[in-house]
Amino acid sequence: MAVYRRNYKPYSGGLTPAWSRFLVLFRYSRRNLFHSKFLTGFFVLCFFWPIGCLAWIYVANSASFLAKLGLPAQFVSIDNKFFLLFMSVQGVLAFLLTAFAGPGLVSPDLANGALPLYFCRPFSRAEYVLGKSSVLGILLSEITWIPGLILFIIQASFAGAAWTWNNLWIAGSLIVSSLIWIAILSLLAMALSAWVKWRVVAGALLLAVMFFGAGFGQAINVVLHIQEGRFFDLIYLVATVWTNLFLVGGDRGISAGEAWIAILGYCSICLWLLMRKVRAYEVVR
Amino acid sequence: MSTLTQAGVPTTSDQGSQVGVPAVPLIDLQGITVRFGNRDILCNLTTSLRGRAIGLLGPNGAGKSTLINTLLGFHKPAAGSARVFGHDISRDIKLIRSLVGYMPENDAFISKMSAVSFVRMMAELSGLPSNVALERAHEVLFYVGLAEARYRKLGTYSLGMKQLAKLAQAIVHGPKLLILDEPTNGLDPSARQRMIRMIREIRDGQEMRIVLCSHLLRDVEDTCDEVLILKQGRVAHYSNLDEERRANKRFLELEIYNANGDFTAAVEKLGCECAVTANRMKMVLADGIEARDIFRVAAEQQVRIRRMNFRRDTLEDIFLKAMES
Repeated sequence: MAVYRRNYKPYSGGLTPAWSRFLVLFRYSRRNLFHSKFLTGFFVLCFFWPIGCLAWIYVANSASFLAKLGLPAQFVSIDNKFFLLFMSVQGVLAFLLTAFAGPGLVSPDLANGALPLYFCRPFSRAEYVLGKSSVLGILLSEITWIPGLILFIIQASFAGAAWTWNNLWIAGSLIVSSLIWIAILSLLAMALSAWVKWRVVAGALLLAVMFFGAGFGQAINVVLHIQEGRFFDLIYLVATVWTNLFLVGGDRGISAGEAWIAILGYCSICLWLLMRKVRAYEVVR
Repeated sequence: MSTLTQAGVPTTSDQGSQVGVPAVPLIDLQGITVRFGNRDILCNLTTSLRGRAIGLLGPNGAGKSTLINTLLGFHKPAAGSARVFGHDISRDIKLIRSLVGYMPENDAFISKMSAVSFVRMMAELSGLPSNVALERAHEVLFYVGLAEARYRKLGTYSLGMKQLAKLAQAIVHGPKLLILDEPTNGLDPSARQRMIRMIREIRDGQEMRIVLCSHLLRDVEDTCDEVLILKQGRVAHYSNLDEERRANKRFLELEIYNANGDFTAAVEKLGCECAVTANRMKMVLADGIEARDIFRVAAEQQVRIRRMNFRRDTLEDIFLKAMES
């Protein structure tokens, strides 16, 4: 075998555009996520409900099939309620997926002090957060608004132009409702994992924030006989916005506008908490 | 793709400056002050560093790491300015970072990643295309001596191997300035020797300038040509080790046999200053006087010189003097 001494060679080749560097984090983090067989299995499971919905749409638009079953043609209607139901189930799955995947995004970098290595390069904190959150953003998009939009297009192709034109707003609602949910889940998961560092605890804390928040809000409402306790209930706030977007349901205690403001407030707090931790070194004053 | 090879790195000037001495200082500090809360960690530092390899010395809490972190843009100065390769740290920090490779003092790795993936990712974050980054990652891991272990997860590495992995990620993108914060921490003697040899090789390769921050005077003495000693956030001493060594060539220490007053008088007649204790003599050679002149006088006075040393300050002497001042 030839043995020779290796020397250090400087690099003088081309560089990738600076704007695209956050995608490096996206690629590595996403690849790392799918090393987990459990997560991969769960991700596949998330497509069962959209497939079920697809079958439902087929049945709803197949008059001959319904006739064979002896059911009227209008037995199943594909409307805003159907898509809200689709989003509700996918929303729960998205939440569980975030609880499994989210905490592993930031905490490994913090656990062994890798952040200075990112930020000593021409790579900013904002790009870091963008790179990491895009992992969850794309992952959750793949199970929420993208299949939702595919179902909408399939339904539109079955139902014709009149239905499509009358229900085009549902497509917008699908996208907006998904994006709100994705934003809050991503920011919350990353902020918690940045502060807790231990991914299992961060995952548990995500569940706790969602469910204890609801319990705490309910307790305030009961004790003080007010409705403002709802502001601690993130799921309730999101549900209020969703029902408003899909034009379903009546009075929910607080208005959609208030729910929007509260959600934006939560997102801002999570982003602030995240940016406080995502720095090369923490300064102890 | 943009080509950014030598961008932002001033080259050696041939207009009025010495050969090999860069026209623009590597690091130029102008009254820089860094404050955490009410504490001044760096106080009004003003100095200009031009060496190929610069050692940062100082006791714990002197502000060495804070200075490095400030140059990398991790801390904002409360006052003053700093320039690296002539670029202001408050305006051109992205450009500066693209020219710098940094090896931090503490653990800095992702435990579940293999060394090759980790170094490749860091290269890609510095802007290297993916396939080139992979190639470079393998090359530098071979270079630092982690070839056999490059597919192992970093979490399974020993302390010495982690140091080498940190060095690999610092040089993978071909920086113009390599900042090493305590690179020999936790290394056994042979690993330390290897690390020092590598730092010397990098320094002598003419491609990279080095800033080395260490508690170990020996490491700095072995690798650096300039030393900046900090004490309580201030510059305690700055010296060019080569010049210091040259300057100290005028100091001689003799061990003599058959000493007599005539020899001392003859040496003083040559214009040298002498101090004699028993059979030892210390002297400062006058201009134009060389060691051979001393041997000639000794032969004339029938004095036997058993040992002659050029007395020079070690880095330890310089450091201790700076700490006492």
